[in-house]
Amino acid sequence: MTGESFVFHIDGVAVTAKPGQTIMEAADAAGIYIPRLCDVEGLRHQGGCRVCTVKADGRSVSACTQPAAPDLKVENDTPARNRVRRDLVEMLFHEGNHLCPICEKSGNCELQAMAYRLEMTVATRFPYLEPCRELDASHPDIALDTNRCISCGRCIRASQDVDGKGVFGYVGRGIHRRVAVNGADLAHTDAAVTDHAMSAAVCPVGCIIRKDEGFRVPIGSRHFDHGLIGHEIEEKRE
Amino acid sequence: MSETRLIEISPVTRVEGHGKVTIHLDENNNVDEARLHIVEFRGFERFIRGRLLWEVPVIVQRLCGICPVSHHLAAAKAMDQIVGVDVLPPTAEKMRRLMHYGQVMQSHVLHFFHLSAPDLLFGFGAPAEKRNIFEVIRENPELGLRAVLMRKFGQEIIEATAGKKIHGTGAIPGGINRNLDIATRDRFLAQVDQMTGWALDALGIARDYVLGHLEMVEGFGTFPSNHMSLVREGDGALDLYHGRMRAVDRGGAPIFDMLDYNDYHKVLVEDVRSWSYMKFPFIRDLGPEYGWYRVGPLARMNTASHIDTPLANAAHRELQALTGGRPNHTTLANHWARMIEVVHCVEKIRELLHDPDLQGTDLRAEGERRYEGIGVIEAPRGNLIHHYKVDERDQVTYCNLIVSTTHNNEGMNRAVKNVAVQHLSGQALITEGMLNHVEVAIRAYDPCLSCATHALGQMPLQIEIYDAEHRLVDRAGQCM
Repeated sequence: MTGESFVFHIDGVAVTAKPGQTIMEAADAAGIYIPRLCDVEGLRHQGGCRVCTVKADGRSVSACTQPAAPDLKVENDTPARNRVRRDLVEMLFHEGNHLCPICEKSGNCELQAMAYRLEMTVATRFPYLEPCRELDASHPDIALDTNRCISCGRCIRASQDVDGKGVFGYVGRGIHRRVAVNGADLAHTDAAVTDHAMSAAVCPVGCIIRKDEGFRVPIGSRHFDHGLIGHEIEEKRE
Repeated sequence: MSETRLIEISPVTRVEGHGKVTIHLDENNNVDEARLHIVEFRGFERFIRGRLLWEVPVIVQRLCGICPVSHHLAAAKAMDQIVGVDVLPPTAEKMRRLMHYGQVMQSHVLHFFHLSAPDLLFGFGAPAEKRNIFEVIRENPELGLRAVLMRKFGQEIIEATAGKKIHGTGAIPGGINRNLDIATRDRFLAQVDQMTGWALDALGIARDYVLGHLEMVEGFGTFPSNHMSLVREGDGALDLYHGRMRAVDRGGAPIFDMLDYNDYHKVLVEDVRSWSYMKFPFIRDLGPEYGWYRVGPLARMNTASHIDTPLANAAHRELQALTGGRPNHTTLANHWARMIEVVHCVEKIRELLHDPDLQGTDLRAEGERRYEGIGVIEAPRGNLIHHYKVDERDQVTYCNLIVSTTHNNEGMNRAVKNVAVQHLSGQALITEGMLNHVEVAIRAYDPCLSCATHALGQMPLQIEIYDAEHRLVDRAGQCM
C-alpha cells in the first residue's frame, strides 16, 4: 500500500506510520515496545496471544494485527493494560509446566522474560493444569516438550510459510487446543534442524529443543541477561 | 503398665534436611534402642526418567541448596561418559575443580561456623537460645565476620565458574560453558592470602577443640568402622574431584583399593529398612553387619595417603599422629578433618588461579555416544555416586544416586545410639541439653537429609521419646 505517512499517538507520544503498517510495526520503528508473545519478526501476524492488546480510541485491539490510523489514540504502557497482560502471562504459566530453574531456555525464554517485564512475581492465583504430555525425543536433532508450549503458533507459521512443510499444526478446540506434529512423532515428519521453525528465535519458550545445545551459553551471556524483553526496541528511542 | 519410655527428638536442628530421632528407654530408663529416621521421601531417581541427558546436571543439583555443585558435577561426570568423553579439555576440568573447591570450602565453613560452632563454643548442654550463629557473632564478632566472608569467597568462586552462587549451569556434558576472565581471577587472587590465614585459624580452632577436650571427644560417639572415599589414581592422595575408590577397615588395612568407580555396584550394596526412607549401603564382601562404612572429611583423612598441598598435608600428618597413623574413628574429629579440607581447598584455589589453563577457550570435547554413565565425586559430606542410563533418544531411563549422608546412615545411627547410651541411660529426667548431645553427634557428620531423600520444604530434624507401649512421652523439636 502506498500513500502519505501519518501521525498517531501511543501513550501521548506522536508516532509516524506508513499506510498499511500495524500499530506494533509503527511502534517498533518509533522505539516504543508493545509486549507480544505470538508475534515475531519474519512471520505473518496472528493476533493470538492477546498480550499486545492495546486500547485504540477506547477499543481493545491486538496491536500486531490492527492497522495504525491517522490521529488514533493508543493506550499501551499503562497500569491497566499491563495488569491485563500480566494476567494473561500468569495464566500461561498455570496452563503449562514452566519450571524455569531447570529449563534450558531460561534466560532466553520470552515467556519468562515477559513475566519479569510485567513484574509477575508469583503465579499462585489459579490452579495449575499440570499437563502430562510425553516428551517427544524421537528426532535425532530435535526434541519437543509440549508441556512448555504456549500455543503461540509461531512454529506453525514458520513451518508452513517459510519452510513450506507444515510440520506443525493445531489439534483440538478451546482449552484442549494444542500444537501437534504432522506424524506419529517428530521423527515421522520431514522436520529438519535447519528448518526456520526449529531455529531458536521461533519458539519463544523451551518447547522446541535443539538437541545437545542446552546450557552451552553461560549465565550472564544469555539474551535476557542483557536487559528486559523489548530493550532493543526501546533503545532506538534513547 | 510399663514404666518404659520412648523419646523423640523432632526436629533435629542445625542439619540440612528433615529427620527425627527416636530413643526407646526400658523400665530402668536405660536406652534400649536409638535410631535416626529420615522421614522425607526421595523422588529424583524416578522423575528424572524421561528427561534429556544434558538437562540432568541442572535438574539434579536441585536436590540441595547447600552443595548443589556436588550433584551438578557428579551428574556432569556421568554425562561426560555418555557423550563419550573420558578426558576433558584442561580448561574444563580445571574450571570444574575450581568450582568444586569453592563449593567444599563454603559448605564446610557453613557447617563449622553456622551449625556446629555454637555447640563447640558454648557447650553441648548450653541453653538452646544460646546455641545459634547469632550468639557466636555476638560473643565473637571477628570470628562471625570471618565465617561470613569465607563462605562468601567460596560462593563467589562458584558464581564465577557456574554463573550463580546457587544452582548455576557451568558444567555441561563433555566440558564447561565458560572460562575465567583475568579480572575475576585477579579479584580472587587479591583475597586468597587472607583466606589462607583465616582457614588456618579455623583449623586451629577445630584442632585445639579436639586436643583440648581429648578425653571427652574420644569417648563421644566414637566407634570403629570401615572408611571409604575416592583417592587420586596412582599415589592415593586426597582428591575431591576425581580418582579411584579406596576403602580401609578399622585398622587401616585395605578392603579395596584403586577401584574403578564404574564398578561401584560390584562392591557396594544398598540395604533397605522399614523405618527410614534412607538406604543402608554396605560393602558386599563383608555383608551388612560388618560391611558398613563411613564417608566424609574424617574418612578421607583415613583413606588418603597424603594431601598434595603443603599446609593441609602438615595438618593431615598431625591428625594422623593422634592415632599413630591408624584410622581415626572419633566422630567429633570430623570437625578437625573438615577444616583441614578448607585449608586444602584454599591452597588448591590459589594453585588453580595461577594456572593459565583457566583462560583457555577449548571448553568442550566430543566422543562416541554411550548409553550408561557413572559420576563419582567427593562432596563436602563424603562420597557421592550418580549412575544413569540413557537411551538412543537421549532420554534418561535409569538413575541411581548414593549420596554421602546415605553412605553414613549406619554410622550416624551408631553415633546416635552411642551418645544416647552415654548421656541418657539411667536418667529419670531427660533435659533438652541432654538431647542436644545426640544432635551434636549427628551434626558431626554434617548430614544433608534432603540430599539423602531428595525432598522439598522446611526440614528440621526432631527427637522423640516413646515408652515401651510406643506412647510418645517427650519430644524435643527446636526450630530456629
